[in-house]
Amino acid sequence: MTPGGTSGAPGVVVVTGVGRYLGAHVAARLAADPRIERVIGVDAPDSGTEFTDLLDRVERIRVDNDSLGGLLADLDVDAVVHLALVSSPDPQHGGRSAMKDQNVIGTMHLLAACQRAPRLRKIVVRSSTAAYGVSFRDPAVFTEETEPREVPRGGFGRDILDLEGYVRGFRRRRSDVTATVLRFAPFIGSTADTTLTRYFAQPFVPTVFGRDPRLQFLHFDDALEVLHRSIVEDHPGTYNVAGPGVLSLSQAIRRAGRVAVPVLEPGLSGAAALARTMGFGRYGLDQVDLFVHGRVVDTSRLEQEYGFTPRSTAKAFEDFIRAHQGGVVVTRGQLAVAEQLVLDGIRQVRSAVQERPS
Amino acid sequence: MSGPAEGRDPQGVGRFDVPQQPPAPDAEPARRNGHRPTAQVAPTPTPTPADEVDTAATDEPVATDTGDASTPGGTPPAVADRPGDHWDRKVANGLAFLRRRLAGDYEVDEFGFDSELTDAVFHPLLRLLYRDWFRTEVSGVEHVPVDGPALVVGNHSGTVALDALILSAALHDKHPAHRYLRLLGADLVFRMPVVSELARKTGGTVACNPDAERLLGGGDLVGVFPEGFKGIGKLYADRYKLQRFGRGGFVSAALRTGTPIVPVAIVGGEEIYPMLADIKPLARLLKLPYFPVTPTFPWLGPLGMVPLPSKWLIEFCPPIPTAHLTDSADDPLVVFNLADQVRETIQQTVHTLLERRPDPFGP
Repeated sequence: MTPGGTSGAPGVVVVTGVGRYLGAHVAARLAADPRIERVIGVDAPDSGTEFTDLLDRVERIRVDNDSLGGLLADLDVDAVVHLALVSSPDPQHGGRSAMKDQNVIGTMHLLAACQRAPRLRKIVVRSSTAAYGVSFRDPAVFTEETEPREVPRGGFGRDILDLEGYVRGFRRRRSDVTATVLRFAPFIGSTADTTLTRYFAQPFVPTVFGRDPRLQFLHFDDALEVLHRSIVEDHPGTYNVAGPGVLSLSQAIRRAGRVAVPVLEPGLSGAAALARTMGFGRYGLDQVDLFVHGRVVDTSRLEQEYGFTPRSTAKAFEDFIRAHQGGVVVTRGQLAVAEQLVLDGIRQVRSAVQERPS
Repeated sequence: MSGPAEGRDPQGVGRFDVPQQPPAPDAEPARRNGHRPTAQVAPTPTPTPADEVDTAATDEPVATDTGDASTPGGTPPAVADRPGDHWDRKVANGLAFLRRRLAGDYEVDEFGFDSELTDAVFHPLLRLLYRDWFRTEVSGVEHVPVDGPALVVGNHSGTVALDALILSAALHDKHPAHRYLRLLGADLVFRMPVVSELARKTGGTVACNPDAERLLGGGDLVGVFPEGFKGIGKLYADRYKLQRFGRGGFVSAALRTGTPIVPVAIVGGEEIYPMLADIKPLARLLKLPYFPVTPTFPWLGPLGMVPLPSKWLIEFCPPIPTAHLTDSADDPLVVFNLADQVRETIQQTVHTLLERRPDPFGP
């Protein structure tokens, strides 16, 4: 039944976005899997050469979105992993409009190409928990069935909603293809370099005044594991992928030994907009909204279907802290010493006061 | 501090000499504080030539006989070192709490509930309010199950939703299992900065069916006030008249999870901020459901925020089982009937409680 590989594993896999951190690691891991015959990494023509050493067993093709259609048909592709998403506008590479081109137009082109690929039987699409949008009426925990109540203000959130809409359309037209949509929580880990890891790596971390959002992280290695299993096994459907458990932002900042700097929300939104127009910093309204509302998802469907539980949010964050000791302002040791000093001081004062009368 | 050191003198050990090895097991057992010969108190504790930190650290085992007997000298003093000293334990606990908070060493559940912070900060404050300020009497706690889920439905009053907080703190203190009441709040609460986080940290969440069902499914005790703003925003003239119960979303949440409903009547909340008028244009301007005018607010400014010390009575009514109605969660007839039954029970209990309390500001 399966023309390519055996036992559910596809023979020829195309991975998009191999010029970026996630894509490169997924492609390298697939190439190392003996069940998969051929891994082809697709990327935009102007992408960098950062990860070439990682991709020595991956065939790399640099194409435009437009010529993707013919390529997929020619290659006899069995499975496509779509990871070419940009989560925040990069001023060096065209800013928001390039980001939208990549996320929305790129996905449209890819799905159109997939629709015409005769042998295709599996597609795995990277999505984000940003798909749930943000609203004050949101439930505390999102399950896969939760519909977004308001369209998000941030560009990435809107792109994700569009992207999932196109995947729904694709599912209707090609019901023979196993489509897996993975809604990832923000990645964190010892080596991952994302907007959020850069944010927590600073010694002084701006937060929104009067808000302490609940956050969830996903360890980068667990993201790789889930993506890998999605390709070599069959898991149709949409899944939340996040580390179980919750850290509040203030708690995360304290655990990292950083210092929170609360900023009024309108000020932060304004600053984010200003930073974007001036062309520095990658914080956008997506981040501001996340730090006002927080985002927690239910991962029981993933755990049941994949038989795999990502490490908890707290553990994933711990791993990140260990790798980023540089910006620590307050350490646990210092706090313990301070506690002991104050306690001893109080004891001495009290004993002195108690003894004076007699 | 030197009292116990004097007490050790008969053993032939210097006052500030700390034995570097633990004493033999058959050594004189630790003496309690009461056994100290307090008459022989030395004038002032003279610090050893060692530096300040060391002095403090090694001083402690000398000062406490138990510490001496159980731990070798030089170990930093633990909290248990002074079994009789109440204040020392309090200070040590407080500092440890502060250190844990600053290091982020605590757990928050998926709704944002921080039980440590609730126990250590919010409940003690509310305890002062409900016990000493409102002289609250609670009855019928036995109707709240010891374990498993239950939906506690109460009447709402008092211009600000203080009754919800009082109910949760009083229930936690009086209930044999010391259960937390997870309150469901209007989305306005979660729109406001600071307030939203206080609500989440004390176990609250947005009043919506997914959250209610998730909490009930997890075996939690959920508190809900179906009157919402209609209840707390009513005028003093309408006190203790229960308002409409909305669409009965709370009933369908209970039905879907087969959770018993425990009606609760709260008397006393209406008098804390007697609302004489509602300035509607101002409320619209500030995007609030109402703008209250009470005898003290806004005339006295911040002082008008002090609640009047009314006498409070809280009574939990026998639970209404719903396990047999799980299939009818979408049946509006069943939902409305059940909502009416709950509302009637609360209204009647409120009337009985009012008869028991002739003077709103009585003892």
